[in-house]
Amino acid sequence: MSIQIQNISKSFGTFQALDNITIDIQTGELVALLGPSGSGKTSLLRIIAGLEAANQGAILFGEEDMTLINTKERKVGFVFQHYALFRHMTVFDNIAYGLKVRPRKTRPSKKEIEEKVYELLKLVKLEAFANRYPFHLSGGQRQRVALARALAVEPKVLLLDEPFGALDAKVRKELRRWLRKLHDDYQITSIFVTHDQEEALDVADRVVVMNEGKIEQIGTPEEVYENPISPFVYHFLGNVNLFKGRLHNGKLQHGSFEVDAPEFAGTENREAVGYVRPHDISIEREASPDAVAAKISYIHIVGAAVQIELIRKDEGDFLEVELTKEHFRSLNLKSGEDVYVKPKQLRVFIPEDYSI
Amino acid sequence: MAGHVSVHYSSLPVKNTKSDSEARLVRWILIILAVGFLCLFLVLPLVAIFIKAFDKGSAVFLAAISNPDALSAIKLTMIIALITVPLNAIFGVAAAWAVTKFNFKGKSLLITIIDLPFAISPVIAGLVFVLLFSAHGLFGQWLMDHDIKIIFAVPGIALATLLVTLPFVARELIPLMQTQGTTDEEASLTLGANGWKTFLLVTLPNIKWGLLYGIILCSARAIGEFGAVSVVSGHIRGLTNTMPLHIEILYNEYQFSAAFAVASLLSFFAIITLVVKNVIEWKVKKSEIPEEGAS
Repeated sequence: MSIQIQNISKSFGTFQALDNITIDIQTGELVALLGPSGSGKTSLLRIIAGLEAANQGAILFGEEDMTLINTKERKVGFVFQHYALFRHMTVFDNIAYGLKVRPRKTRPSKKEIEEKVYELLKLVKLEAFANRYPFHLSGGQRQRVALARALAVEPKVLLLDEPFGALDAKVRKELRRWLRKLHDDYQITSIFVTHDQEEALDVADRVVVMNEGKIEQIGTPEEVYENPISPFVYHFLGNVNLFKGRLHNGKLQHGSFEVDAPEFAGTENREAVGYVRPHDISIEREASPDAVAAKISYIHIVGAAVQIELIRKDEGDFLEVELTKEHFRSLNLKSGEDVYVKPKQLRVFIPEDYSI
Repeated sequence: MAGHVSVHYSSLPVKNTKSDSEARLVRWILIILAVGFLCLFLVLPLVAIFIKAFDKGSAVFLAAISNPDALSAIKLTMIIALITVPLNAIFGVAAAWAVTKFNFKGKSLLITIIDLPFAISPVIAGLVFVLLFSAHGLFGQWLMDHDIKIIFAVPGIALATLLVTLPFVARELIPLMQTQGTTDEEASLTLGANGWKTFLLVTLPNIKWGLLYGIILCSARAIGEFGAVSVVSGHIRGLTNTMPLHIEILYNEYQFSAAFAVASLLSFFAIITLVVKNVIEWKVKKSEIPEEGAS
């Protein structure tokens, strides 16, 4: 079931939570809504579920307009951040709930319900916990029960609100992979909300980066990571180094440092900022016009890559560089050494009034 | 704190420090004060009621509580409780639901109004109804024309009790439902349950102990209410006397043993409610502990 979000706006009092949001989601896609808190991502998810009403715009599932249909009729599976399991019911009863509350005409028989519940328990690997109460379970187990409960009603759309937000890092990673696999097996259109960029890039087919109620960028994880279209996306997805300067003759200049910025050939004498990912920087021993002098302040050698922190000599700003281990060894860098830092791939933005 | 130190260094004999013994002294003084105060003002009078009740032997006691007037007072008290408690339970749940699950204008005003009966004197709660429904009251003429009796009759007593006991259930449920939030209900809705099923299967089990607690406090007050009822009742023996009113009448007629006999019965009800209340508190605590431990 495809989902169309058309021109959705929502305000709470004077606060504009969502401003004219339009997203098309294909059948079977797994989409992440990624943004900092207050970016409107959870509000959007709740509007899709019908738990909140939009001030403007429409929500379509397939060809069907859902805008005025209430939550109960929308047939969405919703997984809450804090699980929202019914604490007075066993795991079995929690999962069976959606089937048991159906009107008599469409309600499956007791035996069918039982079969369905055990099938789902097997799926979430909690067969042994059918008769336990939620408070006996760990966070990860509870979230799996919540997911099984949402899947029991065979929803056309699965919506997950920060599903792994309250779990510790290891469980989170495990559940992430498991969700991806589940999605690949069931091909159910899913949207999940997260503020964790790693999670979004790792799991989703497409990522919608949101900020202050607006969409910053929509694209595959690779697109949004490799080609951010705004300073915000650069900042939000991964680490970034800033090279402030002035645009002049298609070059970004700062003191003796200058790099090409061909896309701004026509712009004269404006303040601009170059954005560079830590792994798009090389460290040299020789000075050159497109490198800045810096002093190595700290070398961090854990994991596959080596992280190097440097202090720029002209401005005193921090720079972060990531090198492969082999490259690091061949350079034979030491803490406290003076070197030259050269951006290999730099993207220039003219600062507008934005804040992160 | 003091205990901790000696446990940690149990291998070394540690002398009690000065502050240690001071703390103990303060503790004992406070305990003795609290217990002494309670004995003097609560336990002693309660014991006195039962001693006085059986002062002239159990025959007099039995006669006092099996007297037709006493029996009718007991019956009326029970009827009033049976009318007012369910009504206020329904009202309390509805009000708490409205206040905690929805946002609307005048919400804080509603919460304030719910508290009003706690703030005003019960006598005024009774007088309000006299002003409205008595012969010279606002609706007095109309009621007379239609031959409806409210003041000096059972409906008046029920109304006055209803007003006085109004906040108990709502007050108990509002903070509870506020902390529980609305996600459970939302989860139920996304699973396809309608509003009524959601209330019955999700909300009600979540609030059952709080609700029961509120109902018990409400019953205790409904049975024991004196001020408001006294104003509207008219003290007609065998007709509009509740237990508290009956006790007062007996006392005023110098039938001390009989008065205390009925009083002891009333106290007995109160003690039972207290015990039930404590059992519920204990149950609630027990059901909450694993929740905290796991999260």
